[in-house]
Order: sequence, then C-alpha cells, then structure tokens
Amino acid sequence: MAGRAQIPTKSSALIAMIADEDTITGFLLAGVGNVDLRRKTNYLIVDSKTTVKAIEDAFKEFTTKEDVAIVLISQYVANMIRFLVDSYNTPIPAILEIPSKDHPYDPAHDSVLSRVKYLFSAESVASDRR
Amino acid sequence: MSGQNQRLNVVPTVTMLGVMKARLVGATRGHALLKKKSDALTVQFRQILKKIVSTKESMGDVMKASSFALTEAKYVAGENIKHIVLENVQTATLKVRSRQENIAGVKLPKFDYFTEGETKNDLTGLARGGQQIQLCRAAYVKAIEVLVELASLQTSFLTLDEAIKTTNRRVNALENVVKPRIENTITYIKGELDELEREDFFRLKKIQGYKKREIERQMAAAKNFAEEQAAEHLSLKRGISLHSAQDILSSEKDEDIIF
Repeated sequence: MAGRAQIPTKSSALIAMIADEDTITGFLLAGVGNVDLRRKTNYLIVDSKTTVKAIEDAFKEFTTKEDVAIVLISQYVANMIRFLVDSYNTPIPAILEIPSKDHPYDPAHDSVLSRVKYLFSAESVASDRR
Repeated sequence: MSGQNQRLNVVPTVTMLGVMKARLVGATRGHALLKKKSDALTVQFRQILKKIVSTKESMGDVMKASSFALTEAKYVAGENIKHIVLENVQTATLKVRSRQENIAGVKLPKFDYFTEGETKNDLTGLARGGQQIQLCRAAYVKAIEVLVELASLQTSFLTLDEAIKTTNRRVNALENVVKPRIENTITYIKGELDELEREDFFRLKKIQGYKKREIERQMAAAKNFAEEQAAEHLSLKRGISLHSAQDILSSEKDEDIIF
C-alpha cells in the first residue's frame, strides 16, 4: 500500500504540549519536559499574550519533529487553530485534545471524538441495514 | 450499470477460457479473503471506538483530579512553585515508546510510557508542601498514563479507519467490477466458441454432403464404365469393336492432313 504512512518504531519519543501554564506545570512536574541542545522546549505555554501565529508555528513544529510521538493540546488552544488540527490526519504524532482548568471540555469540538460519534451513528445505521 | 456490459478484450479461445476461469476463481477467493479481513478489522474497530469513548470520558475525570492536585500543591507550596518547575526542565524523564501491533495485516501503533532516570523535581517543595507536590506529580503521571493510552487508541482508530476504507473499496471493486467483467468475458468466450462450433458443424455437414454426392457420381460413372466395358467385351467376342470398328469404307472423305 503506497498511501499508508509509515509507522516508526522508536525506543523513546517525547510528548509535546501546547497548553496553559498550569497544565504545563503539572506535566513538567511529572517529568515530561525536555530542552534540547538549542534550548528549544517541547512545550509551549499559552497565555493571553501568545499570538495565534506562535501557536500555529509550535503546532507545525511539534507535528513535524521526528522524536515527538504525542502532542497534547488544550482544547481552547486547539479551537484557536482548529483548521490546522482538523486538517491534520497523520497517525504519528497523535494529537490529543485535553481539557484545561479554566475551560470546560466540550466533546463536540474534538476532531477525533466528533468523527467517532459520527461513525457510531453511521455504524448503527449500517448495522441495522445488514 | 456501466460495469455490466464490459468485458475484457481477449481472443475467444479455449486457452483464454481456461485463463479466465482461473482468474474468476482467484477473484472469488480474493473477495472472500478480503471480506473476512474487513470483518475482522471492523470488529477491532468497534472495540477501539468503545474504548476511545470510555477513555475520553475518564480522561476528563483524571485531568480534573490532577488540576485539583496542582491547585493543592500551589496552595501549600506557594504560587512560585511553577517557576521552580519551569526552571528545572532539562531532559525528559517520562518518555514514550512506540511499537507496532499487527491486526489482520494492518500495523497499528501502540504507545507505552516509561520513566528514565530521575526527575530534577525531587527536591522541589523541600521547604514546604513536598507531600502535596509529590501527590500532584503522581496525579499527573496518572494523567499521562491515560493520555498515552488514549493516544494509541486514537492513532489505531485513524489507521484502522483508513485500512477498513481501503479494504472495503477493494472488496467492492472485486465484487462489482472485476468479477462481473470476468463473468462477462467467460460468457462471451463461450458464446463465441459455440458459434465457432456451429460453423464448424455446418461446414462438416456441407463437406459430408459434397462427398456423398461425389461418391454417388463416381459410383454412377463406374457403373457406366462397367456397362460399357461389358458391352465392348461382348462385341469383341462377336468380332466387332464397338468403338474402333468403324466402317472405313462407308465413311466419307477424310480431311486432308497437312504436316
């Protein structure tokens, strides 16, 4: 199959994050954070001063980096760059939308979960037909 | 349907008929196999769907718990704890390992998280609130665990979705395009071969009739000849040749022969 994306098997990969300060702090406390030789971090703290452009750039950087396996993104941040998140369809790195403290989680906005819901309804219709 | 009247462009021969029949058998077997694969993938897909929905829901709870733990830690250790944490970032101690799982020929990625080395945050909150910070850390590690599981489910979901689509497309292509086309070709070849056979039969019949007539003609000629022979024999016995016994005298003047 030519169209299928290759799945790299790696012994170790990072988890990248784009979220608000509190969420990042928590995950950094767990030991996710990484700073490489060029002083580049694998996370982006989004506050009221962060521009959408910066978020877009960070998202693009994390999704194209080889050593990133999962990108965690706060849902309200994901909503800012919804078009990018929705158009992203490679299996690795996986994009995960996480709830943040200040913003309640809305499953309707999640790109994957909406597809899941859509498929669920479609599948139940299809299984009726069979 | 457009695919109904199509057939492959082949020479209608017995060999081609055999080839086409073999291809039809192959297509049927391939169709059955792909159908099975598609069913297996769909079963897996449904399981993953269910898991995704439940894990997404549990993720909300876990994130809530960890956020609460962080707030507790902040309350006890002071607001500036986050600066210490942000300063202490060097290399990741919690990493993800990805491996492949094979389901009906489709490779699905699976993530595992593991810790490597020790965190720099061990001494964070030594002055005050150390216990809360360790609790908070544990809560976030738990959150990571759930998130990593969710990530592998999600990537499996995307990969499986793609695989199922391709497989179903192939099943349908085999069922609705390839097989009817081959069947049409087989009927075409059979029809054409029948036509040839009829033609051949007709030709044989014609030849047979011709031969029969020929034989009759020959028989008649032979009979004639035999009768003539008999007549001549008889006349020879009597001393006259039937053909050669021409009366020279009675004949009129011959034409002059000029050399």
